[in-house]
Amino acid sequence: MLYIYTVNIATKLAVLADAAKYDASCASSGAAKRDSSTGKGLGSTGGAGICHSYTPDGRCVSLLKILLTNFCLYDCLYCVNRVSSNIPRARFSIQEVVDLTLDFYRRNCIEGLFLSSGIIQSPDYTMEQVIEVARVLREEHDFRGYIHLKTIPDAAPELIQRAGLYADRLSINIELPSEQSLTFLAPEKSGVGIRRTMKRIHQHIEAAQLEKRDQAKQAVRSLPNAKVRRAQAPAFATSQSTQMIVGADASDDATILATSAQLYGAYRLRRVYYSAFSPIPDASAQLPLQAPPLLREHRLYQADWLLRFYGFTHDELLNSSNRMLSLQHDPKLAWALAHPEQFPLDLNRAPRELLLRVPGLGVRAVNRLLAARRVRQIRAADLQRLHISVAKVLPFVQLPDHKPRYAPQASDFKVALAPPQQMSLF
Amino acid sequence: MIRVQLSSETDLTGFKQHARALFAKKIAPENVHWQTTQAATRDLFDDVLLEEPAEQKARDQKTAASFLNPELPTIQIPAWFAELCQSCVLHREPQRFAWLYQMLWRLQHEPALRRDALDPQRLHLQKMAQSVRRDLHKMKAFVRFRPVLATDRNNEENNNLSCKLSRSKNEFIEVPLYVAWFEPEHYIVQTLAPWFARRFSNMHWAILTPDCSVRCHPAANTLGRGSSRGQLEFGPGGQRELAPAADAGEQLWLTYYQHIFNPARLKLRAMQKEMPRKYWRNLPEAQLIAPLRASAQHRAEQMIKQPASQPEIRKVTAAKAALHQAKAASCSGFKKLQNLSKTSKL
Repeated sequence: MLYIYTVNIATKLAVLADAAKYDASCASSGAAKRDSSTGKGLGSTGGAGICHSYTPDGRCVSLLKILLTNFCLYDCLYCVNRVSSNIPRARFSIQEVVDLTLDFYRRNCIEGLFLSSGIIQSPDYTMEQVIEVARVLREEHDFRGYIHLKTIPDAAPELIQRAGLYADRLSINIELPSEQSLTFLAPEKSGVGIRRTMKRIHQHIEAAQLEKRDQAKQAVRSLPNAKVRRAQAPAFATSQSTQMIVGADASDDATILATSAQLYGAYRLRRVYYSAFSPIPDASAQLPLQAPPLLREHRLYQADWLLRFYGFTHDELLNSSNRMLSLQHDPKLAWALAHPEQFPLDLNRAPRELLLRVPGLGVRAVNRLLAARRVRQIRAADLQRLHISVAKVLPFVQLPDHKPRYAPQASDFKVALAPPQQMSLF
Repeated sequence: MIRVQLSSETDLTGFKQHARALFAKKIAPENVHWQTTQAATRDLFDDVLLEEPAEQKARDQKTAASFLNPELPTIQIPAWFAELCQSCVLHREPQRFAWLYQMLWRLQHEPALRRDALDPQRLHLQKMAQSVRRDLHKMKAFVRFRPVLATDRNNEENNNLSCKLSRSKNEFIEVPLYVAWFEPEHYIVQTLAPWFARRFSNMHWAILTPDCSVRCHPAANTLGRGSSRGQLEFGPGGQRELAPAADAGEQLWLTYYQHIFNPARLKLRAMQKEMPRKYWRNLPEAQLIAPLRASAQHRAEQMIKQPASQPEIRKVTAAKAALHQAKAASCSGFKKLQNLSKTSKL
């Protein structure tokens, strides 16, 4: 194993950014709106985040995503930083992370910091180090940008609460949908402990939001000519997210989606990220490496969107007989093909909930359609002007000047799974 | 043909005043020519006029001046049109004022148009507004500052450009000037400058673009002296050569960009959809895209082919022992607390 003895910050950054890239979360959205016009430092956040750059893997670079250290005591088989791996290790000092964050922020390259860490000495010690970085940024530099902290599993509850005071988002990775897979692949982590931490974070977030709402309702008494100022409730993180690894164990999509639905319902997570198990340098012999199941991950994200924005439930998409999402068609189209009794839908009469189930109609398209429908009847010729993809939608809908002649079949929508092979003449 | 001269490319107030005046005089959109720049573009039909161009211009200006009467009746417009005007005025299209005035005219003469979401001209204006909004978002994302220290600048510029903060009575720190060069598609610099000022309040920064440049000193409550604290100063457009070259610290950003990329997941189309090629020339990390793409497949294959190395057993057992100790320590601490509370009850 290589220990990095030189204090070269560029080398450390290379090692620790390499170590952090398998965490899919990169969003800088959901923070309370604030800026630095009343402070001494710099930084501002808004509702929707900003992606300052994009890497060739299509992912956005919105935050400085690094590990405080990639030394780790745990031996999770899927992780590049596990103790049995022989990759080079490094550790940032707290001041180095603070300086890097502020330097990149001043260059307008990032919206803020995403800090995780391998577990050193003990979970509590690691969590304290991570919180210290956030505290220095907030209190000593009055940094008002975005901070996302990963909570260490098994850290003390008081530390979780302190982390929430400085961060905009907290997350803890559930890693795998079932307890058996977690026991096999990450023996030191406990699924029960992870969910307990999620529940605690959820309770803190809810309490902070209730307090904010109560304070906003209270009347403020002030002196006759004084400026009205409201006491501020101590801010807490506004949202929580998690990540599941896809393809490292034998869990099928039905289990994964059921777990996601349960997490969204019980803990009101902002997002669940699905990370296709990617080849890592110096992998464990017990986990066979292959190309990452990117299409499967894509279908899971599409199904996740259906759960959150389109009113589907997880057992509508997958059930006991059909446990894997189709790789050929997206989940919405697959559902529409499996339920031909719902179609064709009259676009001029159907309610919003049913319109959202038409393949090819997204949430914004449905809103545009409803707005246009108030004034006049929609005809097939209008669909293009509403930015609706006509070829996808027409087989499932009925309009004054269009009626599908036969029920759509799966073979009508065949999608090429593999890129075409270049044939040769010889 | 009435010629209306607006004071700047994004003169929304002027447009509104002139539009009210023209509408009160019942002048149809076909008879109005909207101009923004001083070096007015000559119309194809200018030479066909029988009178002297100068006389025509003088007469137009006189009638234009009499239009700007504050007692003109206000025109009722739907809320969506007001928002459209605000966005479309920033667009680079030279015909935008003509189209907006035409839309206004039609809205007053065709009552059903107010609620028709499928009108082609309305959709076209919405597309323009969307392009402006996208440009605003991309400018917030892709402006890249580079620090310039006082030692790099000319001495005579020192007193004007640098901003000194006194930390103690004898010590002075130089605040570097952060300069960026950007090429926006539309006239959005003045709209976006306050957003940058709110974000970078304690920084001395400047953005140069081909149309217009803006500079801001650190805000009053942070640091900086003099009357120019926290104020935005606008100036004429600049050239790319005025912007500073990459400094040594930018290498750290390039290192980070290189290492946060996962070579097993190459998706160039998704990247280009959000980061179009037209912005690449002003983004320092764009130079890394080609080498990363070229080496991605090889790196991913290598990772899959490489056999797993043997873990050091000594290390693994030491880690397990350390974890066990940590758990025991936290447990015993809890037990101590429990014992304390028990004894206190007595």
